[in-house]
Amino acid sequence: MTNHWVDIRNADVILVMGGNAAEAHPVGFRWVTEAKEHNNATLMVVDPRFTRTASVADYYAPIRTGTDITFLGGLIKYLIDNDRIQREYVLNYTDAALLVDEAFGFEDGLFDGYDESRRSYAKENWRYQTGADGFVLRDDTLRHPRCVFQLMRAHYDAYTPEMVSSICGTPVDRMLHVWEQMASTATEDRTLTILYALGWTQHSIGAQIIRTAGMVQLLLGNIGLPGGGVNALRGHSNIQGLTDLGLLSNQLPGYIAAPAATEQSLASFLDARRKMPTVADQVSYWQHMDAFFISLMKAWYGERAQADNDWCYGWLPKLTQPLYDVLDTFERMSRGEIYGYFCQGFNPLAAIPDKNKVSKALAKLKYLVSIDPLNTETAEFWRNAGEFNDVDPSEIQTEVFRLPANSFAEDEGSIVNSARWLQWHYVAADGPGESMPDTHIIGALFHRVRELYAREGGAFPDPILNLAWDYKQPERPEADEIAREFNGRALADIRDPNGVLVRRAGEQLSGFAELRDDGSTLSGCWVFAGAWTEQGNQMANRDNSDPYGNGQTLGWAWAWPANRRILYNRAAARPDGTPWAPRKALIWWNEAQSRWVGADVPDFPANSPPALGQMPFIMNPEGVGHLFAGQSMNDGPFPTHYEPFESPVPEGNLLFPRKEKVKNNPAARIFDADRAMLGDWQEFPHAATTYRLTEHFHYWTKHSHLNAVVQPEQFVEIGEALGNELGIRAGDWVKVSSRRGYIRAVAVVTKRIRAITVGGRIVHQVGIPIHWGFLGQARKGFLANTLTPSVGDANTQTPEYKSFLVKVEKDDADHGGER
Amino acid sequence: MSIRVTRRGFFKLGAAGVASSSMAMMGFAPEAAAASVRQFKLTHTRETRNICTYCSVGCGVLIYSRGDAAKNAHQQIIHIEGDPDHPVSRGALCPKGAGLLDYVKSPSRLRFPEVREPGTSEWKRISWDEALTRIARHIKTDRDANFVTTDEQGNTVNHWATTGFLAASASSNESGYLTHKVVRSLGMVAFDNQARV
Ligand code: SF4
Repeated sequence: MTNHWVDIRNADVILVMGGNAAEAHPVGFRWVTEAKEHNNATLMVVDPRFTRTASVADYYAPIRTGTDITFLGGLIKYLIDNDRIQREYVLNYTDAALLVDEAFGFEDGLFDGYDESRRSYAKENWRYQTGADGFVLRDDTLRHPRCVFQLMRAHYDAYTPEMVSSICGTPVDRMLHVWEQMASTATEDRTLTILYALGWTQHSIGAQIIRTAGMVQLLLGNIGLPGGGVNALRGHSNIQGLTDLGLLSNQLPGYIAAPAATEQSLASFLDARRKMPTVADQVSYWQHMDAFFISLMKAWYGERAQADNDWCYGWLPKLTQPLYDVLDTFERMSRGEIYGYFCQGFNPLAAIPDKNKVSKALAKLKYLVSIDPLNTETAEFWRNAGEFNDVDPSEIQTEVFRLPANSFAEDEGSIVNSARWLQWHYVAADGPGESMPDTHIIGALFHRVRELYAREGGAFPDPILNLAWDYKQPERPEADEIAREFNGRALADIRDPNGVLVRRAGEQLSGFAELRDDGSTLSGCWVFAGAWTEQGNQMANRDNSDPYGNGQTLGWAWAWPANRRILYNRAAARPDGTPWAPRKALIWWNEAQSRWVGADVPDFPANSPPALGQMPFIMNPEGVGHLFAGQSMNDGPFPTHYEPFESPVPEGNLLFPRKEKVKNNPAARIFDADRAMLGDWQEFPHAATTYRLTEHFHYWTKHSHLNAVVQPEQFVEIGEALGNELGIRAGDWVKVSSRRGYIRAVAVVTKRIRAITVGGRIVHQVGIPIHWGFLGQARKGFLANTLTPSVGDANTQTPEYKSFLVKVEKDDADHGGER
Repeated sequence: MSIRVTRRGFFKLGAAGVASSSMAMMGFAPEAAAASVRQFKLTHTRETRNICTYCSVGCGVLIYSRGDAAKNAHQQIIHIEGDPDHPVSRGALCPKGAGLLDYVKSPSRLRFPEVREPGTSEWKRISWDEALTRIARHIKTDRDANFVTTDEQGNTVNHWATTGFLAASASSNESGYLTHKVVRSLGMVAFDNQARV
């Protein structure tokens, strides 16, 4: 979230799209209710289903799953055509006025530089024009044909209400109503917040859907203000923290991209990541990349990391391909190229698309290790559970270990909520039996591996033997030791540019401004610097006071970065440093004190006067928010409509009809074996989407008695029209098939999920809740990912769980008795 | 005499050993009569601050456990409820959070290291020592056999792509950081967490 849960109460308009907060984030959703009750806010829901959130909304508009870019792209056109943008914000705080390279172009659904054989773009022209001084050129009239504003206008020109309606299936009047409400926040005294979740990420165009939302919020001047922002309501309790810590194939801690094989020298690695200002005087905070990275190397390799060995850069693994994501890993596993797999609190048999493919892949492993508080379907993938898991254990040669981990109640440490708050928790009791905390399991395992290498030698032992590991008990690193390490400390006395001592050797750092690029500091995750300072554990702070009465409780827990609660909050003030409107005041310039003051910690240099002209988006080299994404996305600088890989529209992409190449995202990777498993609309005519229920959390709560009682049995949701067409009534059994497999479940026939008209044709939609499996206290069921296609987003490889094709049939088989 | 005593404040007084009946006689009545019932259930429990393990709202929870703090006497968790001081949740929990106790006590909780040997269809209990020894040996055997020093383009890559690791996005930052440090230093590249899906 750019903003945070409590701040939702400051919104005037709330759009929930690509999520269902009332169902999936119920307690956070109370702040939506609060905004409605006490801020007179309007809540709108745009969703394929009339969800639990829709049921308490002021307005609902249906949409076909996977067409959100079109809906929001149409809104961009609407805002421009009707001059409903926050002009002063757009001109000063976005790149609207910046000029783009003459060679950049877009034609027939493709950007320039496309290589069909590699399904990727060269990207070289996707950049701003620069002048002789090296700085970006601009045109403040916004009339130059190469300025971002004009290129954006041209890009969305085809997204007329009629075109959007024919693609999305949203009636024109409903669409215009939603757009008008959103446009009402272009004024200086009103804000819109956008709340989304996996309904946006789990598409082959997922990252670009979110970018479109960001563009809308920039045009409306809603980023950085209270009650504004683009707010990802994240899933797991610490998925934010694991993202911050970079536990992804292509990331290091703190949003530092992992080194590629082509980056053979430390200099080439740092040059590519160190971002100097491209507009005069801008902050461009990534210019401090060297300090972030070298401090990380000091945390990992201690004394061994020195300037003359490039801080052990050579010890880091380099990536030969851009990503080794889960889809790639399971593809390689299914070809027999992976030997071992660790699942720490992760149940891939249920979580990775195409369960039958995943099952066959796991059977090719030599060893599998599940580290989990619970038994999981993955740990028991070899067990025959009849129709639910039809395998023969005697044919599966994988050696499987399952190691008991402690649960949250038996573990100490911090987790990061969706609002970027690091909250500390304590041990309430011992875990069952011989279970251990994850930190002890990993610590003990690493210790064994290290001993083996010390004794026997082996392949490239240096990073193993020299990994900094000065925990008091090497097999049992404790949470407080680790938290201090990721915060960081001074290794020598640290002085500011004037020679004043700011930190003594051995002291905990107070924040990332104290990081140095000469090896005199260590910090395992620069964005977490400030979490455990000389004043102690800030994550355990427990002062819930709210002195400005606008929900910024700076004394509760600790938020990254630097305890800032609303990102880009400099944009909550005008260029001259005064708030846009009294009711939206957050931070402002105090001339007498010569610093920024207010309810939040400034996300900005605290003493930078407005006259200096530094702009709010301090992580971007231009200082402004990006309407034009430059080279940061794989599938183009402007989001574009492409159909899901399994689309119910016979004509393909209605924006570019009969152009097969651009029917789906042309830059999304799909393996041949997976493409062969895609179904078409003739055989599988129904558009399906997965979703979850308020009583359940993924595949865990079916192990919890209370939750298993309140929502015991698998079901599939269809609309009344489809029910009538197929002769299916509520409570009947149905079989739902995709090209990849089938599930059987009870039908729930509702008014909540309706047929929609797309390109003049009726399309029925089907909802598939995900929470059942062949283990646990709830009734046995099918893993829903049996149905889903193995294709991911062009940037993140997040699987397309939210848009695929199935066929629903009445299932007349006898399901009496024990299923 | 009118002194406002909140339910939690009253509970703390009760837990400190002041008899509730005499409290009431002196006019120190709590605002909710139900407090005496709750106090009965939670007397002599220990209160531990925690955070709901399910979704990213991060609601505050208070875990109540029983068992004296003496060595070797295990705490038993008997009750979990919302933390009223938490600025986001203000004491509320959703149906998932309300069931946390049943998750902690689930019959599906793992108690011991176990192995399922190739081709068999049951688990066999093993010691931690055996489990860690066997897994460490698998790691070393695979890593030594398949470690890539130079890729096909001739670049030094020093990576290991034949064992993968999925990390837990419900585990703590401390677990995540330590896991990252170890996994990357082993040279592993097929590394993800639920943020990928
Ligand atoms: S109680 Fe519910 S809303 Fe709160 S963190 Fe837990 S799952 Fe999320």
